[in-house]
Amino acid sequence: MGLEENAPPFMLGTVEDFLGYMRAGSLWPATFGLACCAIEMMSTGTPRFDIARIGMEVFRGSPRQADLMIVAGRVSNKMAPIVRQVYDQMPEPKWVLAMGVCASSGGMFNNYAIVPGVDHVVPVDIYLPGCPPRPEMLLNALLELHKQIRDTPLGKNRREMAAAAEAAALAATPTIDMKGLLR
Amino acid sequence: MTPNATHTNATDQGYRATGAFTDDPNAAEYSAYGGDWSDIADEAARLAQQRIVVNMGPQHPSTHGVLRVMLEIEGEIITEARAGIGYLHTGIEKNMEYRTWTQGVTFCTRMDYVQSMFQEVAYCLGVEKLLGITDDVPERANVLRVLMMELTRIGSHMVAIGTGGNEMGSTTTMTTAFIAREDTFRIIEMITGLRTNNGYIRPGGVAQDSPEGAVQYIRELIPQIHSRLDELADLQLENPIFKLRLKGIAHLDLAGCMALGVTGPILRSTGLPYDLRKSEPYCGYETYDFQVPTSTDADAYSRVVLRLEECYESLKIVAQCADRLEQLEGQPVMVADKKIAWPAQLALGPDGQGNSLEHIRHIMGESMEALIHHFKLVTEGFTVPPGQVYTAIESPKGVLGVHLVSDGGTKPWRAHFRDPGFNHLQALSILCEGGQVADVVVAIATLDFVLGGVDR
Amino acid sequence: MTDAQDLTAAAAVAEPAGREPLTLINVRQGSFGARGDTSGYDGLVRVIEMPGATERPYGEWFDGVVDVLEELLGDAAAEAIEQVVVDRGELTLYIAREHLLDVARHLRDDQDLRFEICLGVSGVHYPADVGRELHATYPMQSITHNRRLRVEVAVDETDPHIPSITSVYPMNNWHERETWDFFGIIFDGHPSLARIEMPDDWVGHPQRKDYPLGGIPVEYKGAEIPSPDERRQYR
Repeated sequence: MGLEENAPPFMLGTVEDFLGYMRAGSLWPATFGLACCAIEMMSTGTPRFDIARIGMEVFRGSPRQADLMIVAGRVSNKMAPIVRQVYDQMPEPKWVLAMGVCASSGGMFNNYAIVPGVDHVVPVDIYLPGCPPRPEMLLNALLELHKQIRDTPLGKNRREMAAAAEAAALAATPTIDMKGLLR
Repeated sequence: MTPNATHTNATDQGYRATGAFTDDPNAAEYSAYGGDWSDIADEAARLAQQRIVVNMGPQHPSTHGVLRVMLEIEGEIITEARAGIGYLHTGIEKNMEYRTWTQGVTFCTRMDYVQSMFQEVAYCLGVEKLLGITDDVPERANVLRVLMMELTRIGSHMVAIGTGGNEMGSTTTMTTAFIAREDTFRIIEMITGLRTNNGYIRPGGVAQDSPEGAVQYIRELIPQIHSRLDELADLQLENPIFKLRLKGIAHLDLAGCMALGVTGPILRSTGLPYDLRKSEPYCGYETYDFQVPTSTDADAYSRVVLRLEECYESLKIVAQCADRLEQLEGQPVMVADKKIAWPAQLALGPDGQGNSLEHIRHIMGESMEALIHHFKLVTEGFTVPPGQVYTAIESPKGVLGVHLVSDGGTKPWRAHFRDPGFNHLQALSILCEGGQVADVVVAIATLDFVLGGVDR
Repeated sequence: MTDAQDLTAAAAVAEPAGREPLTLINVRQGSFGARGDTSGYDGLVRVIEMPGATERPYGEWFDGVVDVLEELLGDAAAEAIEQVVVDRGELTLYIAREHLLDVARHLRDDQDLRFEICLGVSGVHYPADVGRELHATYPMQSITHNRRLRVEVAVDETDPHIPSITSVYPMNNWHERETWDFFGIIFDGHPSLARIEMPDDWVGHPQRKDYPLGGIPVEYKGAEIPSPDERRQYR
């Protein structure tokens, strides 16, 4: 992508603001409703909760026209390669929202059939817990995602941020070793 | 053969998404690299071995979930249609073998997520039959069960009609239908606390009583739901495009339904008024005044009309439930046997919903037995005498059956659900073959299956 | 499993002749799902069996149906109908697998029986019941007479073949595929017995009792909860 790579350093901030604002302006979600969360996602598109007020009522059938993949529902082992294929078919820039506990972590199903979290298959930007999350919760998550998109660093800043995040992750305590927190 | 078209063997290609159709080594395959299209087309027509396989893949806006339909088409006519399922298989039935009988409710409710209450009721009726307490379930609990079921029936039919309309291009149908559904959710949320996937119906009764003002609220909302159903009927039923797309499409007569085990609105659209609520009543359905709409046209249009009429009948039942709730004010909602009845009473406190302070005072201060019951029921669960049962209820989609086997313990040995959508999806081939590609969408919408129930 | 047989012999209660239960569901050892504790309940062995054969008269409409079926089967009746159990208001017929197709045909065609709809196949796995581990239960619904019964067939794990009844009840096509997928029961004569729910190349039959649930340990901060089938739990 040319603009943020070639922008002189003093302009990078402005470019980030501009592009972030535009990208968050109207994300188009891909229809990726799998299970119960899909029904709540469809309800978010209906007049009571109205996802159209943030410009996202156009759920694209084709991933090639979509920016956002809302993985709504449990991902089974049979479905996992298809999730990956649809994600690969989306053009950059793209984001993934794991809606519901099943997409975030496997949910209540800890068994042979369900992938324990869609982040085993695609990189996830926002996790939304709930079983299923209310439409208002989905809207909240989308607004958080908008904030995240607007604040995304680009170009050189992004590479720096990625390096810093990686270094932090490598130095961090693994979850299983975080003991003694209740004292 | 012209130099622009080559005949390749089916297995020469590298990555395959699916086998079966083109693994036949004798199947002709044409790769065209430019040149005159009419030459290649003449070629293909001459050999008349043109097989086009279209994959309506698991990710599709119109397949009601993750369904894969493999269509072999010739022009616009479908010569073969096969459905591939299992993309939403969750292993719920096996998971239920590791959860207590009461916890099983939270699992089975997520099978067919559009009609969650029906799975819960079918399962709880099965458990109660195994326990032998079917007659001990209090009347108020049964009224609440019927109320929840009928509201969910309206919700399920609204999803069926709404998404069906949306897939054919009429988004307003979906918004109207879903708004009607939101009204039913308002009532359900007031009573159970959740919009959907509620674990409300427990073996022995229901989890908690309806709050104050519920009856009043239901009576307020019934005319509102009624008017939205009228709106939906006005929008669709005389619409010429709607009629053109649905009349005469997806025809399945009585013989076909009987051969394929199709029940519910599809069977009733062939003229047979078979409804388990009337023939084998449960939860007190025999005492309610309602009709079972039937039609004789057996096509997609008559099924939509039928589903709408069923919604009106459900509203009648909801009104009767509200009256009965008023009369039965103060009655228990759980079975009297304290060794089975779910002990917790929930209330809204300053930090959210949890055990009511009264209940905690009772079990901690007043009754040792109540404390023991609460502890044992929540941690271990009740035991069910060994044996097996089969219960069937009339869900919005058809006959929903539950087979339960108990080994005398606190967890089921086997729980199997016969989801109506499983049988209906088998009928997809028969509805689509010989028709046009666009009618596949109509056929899927009219069969009204939900992949969560089909795959479990 | 010889363990199960020894325990069965030791703990079984003698039932009147001809009324022995045909199905051993489970042998429960210990109490509260715990083993190896010092409470003394560790040595408890309980044999759990399905309710045994019922004596005539069965009650309600069951006698009529069994009479008609026995008449239609003729000489093969004694061999075909292994046991008749009436429990909790439901009629269960245990049928030998060789006669399953005939029984299905009679159930569907005879006007006094007329069980038009077969509500699918539900497989059950009883590992303790050596020689009859895999059961296939067929609930049959009669719309004409408004009643329901269950046909149950039991086969050995080493020879899990049952004739397919799709020629009589075409609606069972996918149900039998599902039972093959989850239990490994091979339905002879099925037009296309292939996996339906699991991916095509899956190994194993997930809903058998010896197949693990397949969960992973849940990680918390500083602790780990094992998968549901490996936790300590009450059974």
